Amino acid sequence: MIRIKDLSVTYESLGASCEALRNLNLELSIGETCAIIGPSGCGKSTLLKVLAGIIKKFDGSVEINGEPVIPHQQKIGFIPQNYGLLPWKNVYENIRLGVKIKNKKQAEDKEALVVLLQQLGLKGLENRYPKELSGGQQQRVALARAFLLQPDLLVMDEPFSALDAITREEIQNVFLDVWRKHSVSMILVTHHVEEAVYLGRKIVIMSAFQGTVNTVIDNPLFGVEDIRNDQKFFELCLTLRKIIKEDWSKWEKKERELGMLSAY
Amino acid sequence: MGKKRAGAWYVVSILIVVALWHFAASWMNLPIIQPPWAVIVNLYHIFPSEIAIHSFYSLWRIVAGVLLAVIVGIPMGYCMGYFEKCDTILSPIVYLTYPIPKISLLPVIMLLFGLGELSKILMIFMIIVFQVIIAVRDGVKSIPKETYYPLYSLGAGVIDIFREILIPASLPNFLTSLRVAMATAISVLFFTETFGTQYGMGYFIMDAWMRVNYLEMYSGIVVLSCVGLILFGTIDYLERKMCYWQYK
Repeated sequence: MIRIKDLSVTYESLGASCEALRNLNLELSIGETCAIIGPSGCGKSTLLKVLAGIIKKFDGSVEINGEPVIPHQQKIGFIPQNYGLLPWKNVYENIRLGVKIKNKKQAEDKEALVVLLQQLGLKGLENRYPKELSGGQQQRVALARAFLLQPDLLVMDEPFSALDAITREEIQNVFLDVWRKHSVSMILVTHHVEEAVYLGRKIVIMSAFQGTVNTVIDNPLFGVEDIRNDQKFFELCLTLRKIIKEDWSKWEKKERELGMLSAY
Repeated sequence: MGKKRAGAWYVVSILIVVALWHFAASWMNLPIIQPPWAVIVNLYHIFPSEIAIHSFYSLWRIVAGVLLAVIVGIPMGYCMGYFEKCDTILSPIVYLTYPIPKISLLPVIMLLFGLGELSKILMIFMIIVFQVIIAVRDGVKSIPKETYYPLYSLGAGVIDIFREILIPASLPNFLTSLRVAMATAISVLFFTETFGTQYGMGYFIMDAWMRVNYLEMYSGIVVLSCVGLILFGTIDYLERKMCYWQYK
């Protein structure tokens, strides 16, 4: 169980403090996928950084399996927007980096690595460097690194947004395939509504205003075969869009009022 | 460019320099400019018996000075690049001492450390160490923050961060700094070798000059430039080997 309770994060920026998240609450069962969707600047990435153990200064509590987030003790796989591959390591070394740091001297499971390479279609690319790979291939390497670690929680920050539409759909399928075989808890941030509906069993819509959760939806369409071409898929996407837009216009109204107030 | 072609260019550039030298020598026709052929023949005769020992002394001093600069400069550069506080404290000290022409400290160094090897090695060390510190520091500082995130979330310790990120990321910068500093180091070494020693290329060249033996003087200069060529070539080789990923 991943439990976030009354999470608030404030940034210190140029002497002014800025609230990125306010009293955020969220629960996620083990082995569940959760897509967080919301406009830019709503605090999505901040939330991920807290979950990944990168931001350590926050109020409230964040627990993974009943324990506070300590990267040292838990296994957290984090895939940033740019995939987080180290340019000086080849594919093989990049994939092994996670287990290498986590397991130290323990021998790793070589078979698991071979299976993952197969599943992600990376066979034959082991000796290439990230610069020699396409965006889609880099993304696959990042996924391989994360899955090899068998993390307690996998956190992904807009992992597929830099890819073209066709590659994106392909990798989303690959991701779901691999995820089914390992079933790790996963939280991903996205601004594509379709991606959220396709990959999230739970969909969290963040409010544009002051880093709070607007709506949490249990996605009935998650994992349904060939759902992308289904009428229901489009309908759910439309509903989500409506919720986001309503929230957005509310926020704009508020901004305008605030602007008028300060003008007086 | 392929490795073979790079090697061929070394030969071509040597030929060009020798040709220019040849034209200059035959045009002026003065004993002060010896023709390259005579110098090469002379080198063939006296290198094993006379010059070799001098060039080994010079090479050893450079290598020792560089090693010392690396041992001191790299850890300092890493610390200043990675730990903000370290940089705040040490930067002013580095900036204050970096611009001092190290050669002006030669008398002080010679008085404190004697006329022997140590003072010569220290001179080279002082010239190279600053470039190494600054280059490594800036190399570390220019690593985007996001690069660290996956390692942080893995709970990586400082040693992991050093091994997986800081060292490989700053290696190209470090080698460039070594290359820049090397030329200055060789010229200063030349100067220091004119004092208090019977060995080294500086001594050999100046001694030949005093004896008005221009043939030997030119032979010494050729050897010195070959020492430089070997050093630069080694750095290039190391970069190709260790920073392989950069050229992908």
